[in-house]
Order: sequence, then structure tokens, then C-alpha cells
Amino acid sequence: MILQLHEKLKTKKISAVELTQHYLKRVKTDSNNVYITVCDREAVAAAEKADQALAQGKAGLLTGIPVGIKDIFCTAGVKTTCASKILGDYVPPYDATCVARLKRNGAVLLGKLNMDEFAMGGSNENSAFGPVKNPIDPRYVPGGSSGGSAAAVAGGLAVAALGTDTGGSIRLPASYTGTVGLKPTYGRVSRNGLVAFGSSLDQAGPMTTTVSDAAIVLESISGHDPFDSTSSVLPSENFLASMVTESSRKLKIGLPKEYFVDGLQREVAEQIDSLKNKLLAAGHQLIPITLPHTEYSVAIYYIVAVSEASSNLSRFDGVRFGTRIGGDRSLVEMYKSTRSLFGPEVKRRIILGAFALSSGYYDAYYKKACQVRALVKRDFEDAFKKVDAILAPVAPTTAFKLGEKTADPLTMYLNDIFTIPANLAGIPAISVPIGRDQNKLPIGAQFIGPHFSEARLLALGKLVEEKHYREEVRHGF
Amino acid sequence: MVSEFEAVIGLEVHAQLMTKTKIFCACSTQFNAPANENVCPVCAGHPGTLPVLNGRAVDDALKAALATNCRINSRSVFARKNYYYPDLPKGYQISQYDLPIAEHGYLDIEVGGTPQKPELAHIKRIGITRIHMEEDAGKSVHMQGYSLVNLNRAGTPLIEIVSQPDIRSAEEAGAYLRKLRAVLMYIDVCDGNMQEGSFRCDANVSVRPKGTEKFGTRAEIKNVNSFRFVEKAIEYEINRQVQVIQSGGKVVQETRLYDSAKNVTVSMRSKEEAQDYRYFPEPDLMPLVVSEQKIEAAKRALPELPEQKKERYTKQLGIPAYDASVIVSSKKLAEFFETAEKACGEPKAVSNWVMGEMLRLLKLDDREIDDLNMQPEALGTLIKMIKSGAVSNSIAKTVFEEMYKTGKDPESIVKEKGLAQISDTGAIDKAIDEVIAANASQVAEYKAGKDKLMGFFVGMVMKKMGGKANPGVVNDLLKKKLS
Repeated sequence: MILQLHEKLKTKKISAVELTQHYLKRVKTDSNNVYITVCDREAVAAAEKADQALAQGKAGLLTGIPVGIKDIFCTAGVKTTCASKILGDYVPPYDATCVARLKRNGAVLLGKLNMDEFAMGGSNENSAFGPVKNPIDPRYVPGGSSGGSAAAVAGGLAVAALGTDTGGSIRLPASYTGTVGLKPTYGRVSRNGLVAFGSSLDQAGPMTTTVSDAAIVLESISGHDPFDSTSSVLPSENFLASMVTESSRKLKIGLPKEYFVDGLQREVAEQIDSLKNKLLAAGHQLIPITLPHTEYSVAIYYIVAVSEASSNLSRFDGVRFGTRIGGDRSLVEMYKSTRSLFGPEVKRRIILGAFALSSGYYDAYYKKACQVRALVKRDFEDAFKKVDAILAPVAPTTAFKLGEKTADPLTMYLNDIFTIPANLAGIPAISVPIGRDQNKLPIGAQFIGPHFSEARLLALGKLVEEKHYREEVRHGF
Repeated sequence: MVSEFEAVIGLEVHAQLMTKTKIFCACSTQFNAPANENVCPVCAGHPGTLPVLNGRAVDDALKAALATNCRINSRSVFARKNYYYPDLPKGYQISQYDLPIAEHGYLDIEVGGTPQKPELAHIKRIGITRIHMEEDAGKSVHMQGYSLVNLNRAGTPLIEIVSQPDIRSAEEAGAYLRKLRAVLMYIDVCDGNMQEGSFRCDANVSVRPKGTEKFGTRAEIKNVNSFRFVEKAIEYEINRQVQVIQSGGKVVQETRLYDSAKNVTVSMRSKEEAQDYRYFPEPDLMPLVVSEQKIEAAKRALPELPEQKKERYTKQLGIPAYDASVIVSSKKLAEFFETAEKACGEPKAVSNWVMGEMLRLLKLDDREIDDLNMQPEALGTLIKMIKSGAVSNSIAKTVFEEMYKTGKDPESIVKEKGLAQISDTGAIDKAIDEVIAANASQVAEYKAGKDKLMGFFVGMVMKKMGGKANPGVVNDLLKKKLS
């Protein structure tokens, strides 16, 4: 979609300002609660600049392309709430590296997208600003935590969006909304300016309508960042080009038996089976593999992520930024009243994490979880000695209805069962739409690859688009 | 009473590294900046910010580790120490926990010696358990009804140096701290300023009956800001614990604060109130890997340390061991000594002046070597002037005092005050003639064999010449004239 829009912008069939206004108009009539903050004026100003660059022939692929940013990325001068009351009025003094890079490449920031509070959730029902509805069918959740990003792209409220994925938060909403979501290798994209949830798991990535768009956005945001010590030293690459190079390879594709289990929705299994045939027809091989420690992934994740979160969220104390409540009586009173602004899911995870790290329990929980995490990583290392990529469902089912699972956090947690392992191992994974179920709800599949194999995953995604299934893009032009 | 017990003391020293910028961001570490001036999103703990380790801080920590004979861990890990306080921006301090940058070191301290009985001095080895790197917190200022936070210090690089419980007295504790401070200053990693908090000490003190192995219950005395107070606080704490035990009580594990005005330690919090810091590896920083080459380079870059200097002073320059110990105990003093020595080539004379007049005057004024006006080259010149006969020894003392007070060079002082030694035989002749003329009876007695009167004549001549006559010349001329 970006390539086509770029062509139209370059040939003056449409101006960047017109394109931006088209999206802003759609955003204004949105009924799915997708944006938390809309930056109308800034967006138009950026579009005007983009038009100048286009006129001067200095435009890149992203010049003038309207994008939405998950409200977890810091944006200088623009409210960044993390969908939390505690950051309700927080205006960061700096841009996240990803955001700065998108801006530098001429992208137009339409605004900040709704999400689960501090990225904690799988349905986008944990936002202090209300749940996001799935634009495919507003009775259903869009998935989380990057639900606003997925809904923006699926509903035509942004050409592309940035999301973050700690345990599946890009891929799950992508699969629920029929969009493409890529979780890059840990370290591929800088975490600087990304409000931390689980620091050893968090990774930012693109959410788009097409695989090529994901490649273009990924190229813009990836590459080493001196402000993030965990960012890879690898330079960014032209993923559009490397995707094409990769697509000529005949691959061995692993099918992990632990991911194809009872409880998988019938249509999900059927669509994956149908996809397998297309892969074979394209000359790839399918190889059964095993990832034996998969069953521990959810348990490990909910120890590691919440432990890190309990520490990461300590800074929200009302002292320096964000909302402060109380403090007239005592420091403890101020901490208590300020931090009661966290929503119930965030509180639950802070308490779990503080417990898992506490003296006397550290060895049994946090340390043990880290040890088993290493085994999960090794599962993948062993698998990638035999195969080039892995095919798996993104989630056991398609989207569920709003309110359906909110009473039972544990069922909600289990929804991440197929996405979490890639985060634990730090490896990339792409979620692509592969069809619809009987309720017309999108079905997604994911390809998981070894470290820094994004180009290969994009090539596989492209193959799905070309040979198997492609979602209709409904952005109103 | 006390003598039936022995104290077991371990010291934890926080030394601020002298890097220009903070440990995890590019903010300045300047001490006296206006409140919250040296603060950026990173050290204010803004959401989304990440730490980036300052390479200079690592280099400094390595130097400190090598200078204290530690073994460097080729891989060390940063960890988060979680606790809430308004001046701790992130709600955790980035420190090192189970894998510090260095372990298993030691420092040799000299105890027992005095200026009067230097032969009592002996060496004691104090083990160093570990050195780890961490960031400092900010500063809270408590006002009436509210508190203010200054984050200028937040993120300043520190090393914490933890000693083994090898220290047995307040004197040893003082000697260890002075030595450690001197070493850190020698290698230019810490300015050693205790008032500004660049060098802070917590003391773990317990007592046990002499001859037993098992440690007693310890109390931790927090943040005492001078050597003298550390010694007094430890002294007090030892006595307090012995008294508790002797009166049938039990020492409780707790944190205590030293009140220097009353010279007591008071309970701050008990073990039960101790916080659970929930340490875990810092996911925002990669493990710190130090290569063998880097360690070798740091070793090569180490300057001459106090012990090596002392060895050289005694063996090559012929300075008495006690004097050498005193001089090398401070980098500044040693530098002064060496520069003065280079200027005149008379190490012993320099050492005598430094150990004698200079330290005496500094002590008299309660000043430190840092406050010295006098240039070491000037002392060298003065010593050369004495040797050449330009000033007498007694006049030199006056000149030295003037140099100490004004920082002027000895030549101009001698010129201004007319203190030059007179070797001109004409002037001396004249004075001698006058003395002989005025003391006829003494002259007669001398000539009759009362040799002792020579001193009297010399004294009279010197007095007449305002002490400036060259005594050797006076002697020679007198002998000639009286024979």
C-alpha cells in the first residue's frame, strides 16, 4: 500500500496534505476508540513539509505517509499515556528512537493509539481510556496489547502503525484484525523511548496492511541505537530488496507438534493445512519438529515479564512526572494514592512480580524461570539446525467478544501460548492473515525464524499474500 | 573490661569516581551546580529511557581494583536494587550484586608507629571482599512540611569497596580508610573529598570474647563524614556493645547513625525493618565484559603507588622509613616532596623540612597540604641557598615561615627583608674589631687560656651583625685576630 501511495504522491495524483486530511477525517468519525490523542495540526504541518520534499524530489518511501503510533512510544511534546491514568497528562521531553526515525523519513504522525494499560493485556480491554473495538466486527476485541494499532490499520485510520510485542502484543491483534504484524529480533529495533514493560522481551515492530509495508517500516525503524545498550550493532537493511532475494530460496519449514494441539479452532487448523499445501506447491519442504519446553512458556513469561514490570513501573511514584495524588500527610500516603491510579491488571502484575523477586522466593520463581527460559531458547536453536523457519498458528482461536474473558485472567493469559516463545527466545516472528472463519473473523498464521531472519519471514509472508490469501484493504479510496 | 573482648569491623566505602559525566547518561557530574541543573530524561528516570554505561567509569573502577590488589571478573553483571525514595528516580538503583567487577583484594596498612617510636610500626593486611560499580541517588532536602529533591547527584558513578571483617580497632579502621583514600587519589579516580561526600563510609561493628571465632551480632553505622568521626563512632560502638553484653543484654542487628555532636550512635532501623531490595539482573545493560588486554592496559597505566614510592624513597633516596611513610600517605605531599627534591637534589634536606617545619606549620593552622601556598620549587631553592651559604640555617627558618605564609620565593624574601648571609670579610672584620675593643677583659682571659670564651665572641659578633654573618667566616677571622 505504501508503494502505491508513494507513486501517487510522487506523480502528484494526491498531495501529502490531502492524504493526511483523508485519514484525519476518518479518525474523527471513528467509533472504535482507536486513538487516545490525535495530532491534527502537527500532522498537517508534517504533511506540508512532506509535500515540499516531494516537490524537491527528496522524498523517500515514507514521505507523507500517515502513520499511527502506539501510545507507549514517547513523543516529544505530545501526550504519552500508556493508556494509564497515572500518565494521563504526561508529555515526554523526547522522541522515542523509532518515532524520530519515522519522522526523519518523512512519515506523518496522525496521533497516539489506544492499547492495554502499559501493554498488559491481550484484548485491549485494559485501557484507562476504554476498550478498543475490532473494526472487522465491533462486537469483538481487536486483540492486545497493540489493539489500537491493529484497529487503526484494519479500519483505515492509518496507513501503518507501530506496535510493541512483549508476549504477542503485535501478532495477536494483527491476527484478530486481518493485518500484518512483525515482531523483530530482540535488539533489531531500539527500545529507547518505549515505555518499558518487560525489558528483556519488549520489541517494537510494524503493523501494516501488507507485507511490503511491514518491510518498509521495519527498514525505517531498525538499526543500532547508541541510546539502547541492548540494540544490535547490525545496521538496518533494505528489507524490500532482501525479502525478494530470500523469496528465491527453497526452505525447510518446521511444524512444531506442540503448536498443533486439541483446542485449536477448526477453521484455524483448516486454513493452516491449506496454507501448507501452498508452501509445498511453492517448492518448500515441511518438516515435523518438536519444541519440547513450549508448555512452560506461559508460566516463564508470567514470571519474567511481571518481575521486570514490577521494577520498571516503580518510577511512577508521583515525584517527578505524571499524576501525583496526596502527599500532604506523608510520603507513603502519596505513594499509595498515586499508585492506586494503576488499573487492576497492572496492579495484579506488579504484585506478582514483586513477589517473584522477593527474598526467599527469587530462586523458586525468577531464577528458575530464567533457567527454563534458556531451555526454551535452546529448543529453537536445535530446531533451527534442521529448519529455516517455523509455521504456527498465532492464537488457538479467532477474536473473542468484548467482555467474554475479562473475568478470568488465566484464560486470557493462555491466549498468548503460541506467541510467547518467540519473545522468550528473542527471535523474530511475523503474523499474516490467512483467511476468515465462519463469523467472518480474520485468522492469522505466524512464521518464526532464527535471529535476524526478518527478510526470510517477510518473504514467506509475501508468498502467503500472493499464493494463499490477502485481506481486502478498506481505507476509503 | 573492654580488653576481654575484641572488635570485628568491616568497612564499606562509597567512592565517587571523577568522571566528567554521569555513569549512565551524558550529564555533568559537577558538584556545585544549581539544583536540578545537571539532569536529563535518563537520570530523571523518565519513562522509556535506558542506561548507557560510561566507559571512563569502567576504566576508573578497573584502576581502583588493580590498585587494591583485586582480581578482576572478566564478566560482571549489573543488577537492580529496588526501593522507593523520592531522590531515587527510577525506583531502583543500578548496582552490581552477585557478579561485581572485582573481588579478592587487599590493602596493607601501617599501624602502631608514632613519631616518637617509629619502630613500633607494623604492617597489617586488610582483605577486600569486592568492588562493585553503581550509580548514586539524588539528594533530598527536608523543609518544614515538605521536601525538595535535587537530582544533580543522581547517576554519579560510584564504586563500593567492601572490606573483609579483618579490622580490630578504631585505629586500624582509620588507617585503612586513610590508606584507601590515598590510593584512590594516587590513581586519580576519586577526589577523596569527605565533606562533599565523594568518599563515604559505613562501618559494620561487632564484638566477641577474645579468642573466640564466632562473630557477634553486628550493627551497621551509616555515612560518617570524617576519619575522626569514623574512629570515634567505632570506639563508641565497641564500648556500647561490650556494655550491653556485660550487663546481660544482647546486641541486636540494626542500622545506627552517628551523632557527632553528642558522640553517640543511635538506632535508625532494626533488621526487621530492613528492606527487601528484590535484586535481579538489569535487563537494560549487557553483562560487562573486560578483556585481558584491557586489564593489562589498565595495569600499565597505573602510576607509582604509595608502597612503591616508600620503597624508592628509603632505598634510593635514603629517607628514614617513618618519614617516607608519612610523606607517601598523601599523593599531594609526595608530589610536593618529589618536585622539591628534583629542584635541589637534596632528598634528606627536603624530607627534613617537610617533616619538620612544613607539617608543624600546617598542623598549627589546622590546614591540609591542599591549602599550601608555597611552591615545592621554592623549597628546593631555599635548600640550595643554605648549601651555598647565601642564608644561614637559622635565618632559613624565618624565610621558610615567610614562604609558607605568603607563597613568595626565598630569593625575594631574603632581598626584601635583608636576610642575606654576610661572608664579606671587610664587614665582619669591622664588627670583630669593635667586639675586641669593647671586651678587653674577656680578650685577656681568652689569651690566658680560657678557650671557652670563643663562643661568647662569636655570639657577640653575630648579634652585632643581626645574625646574618656567615658563622664559619666569623670563627676563622676571630681565631686569627685573637691569636
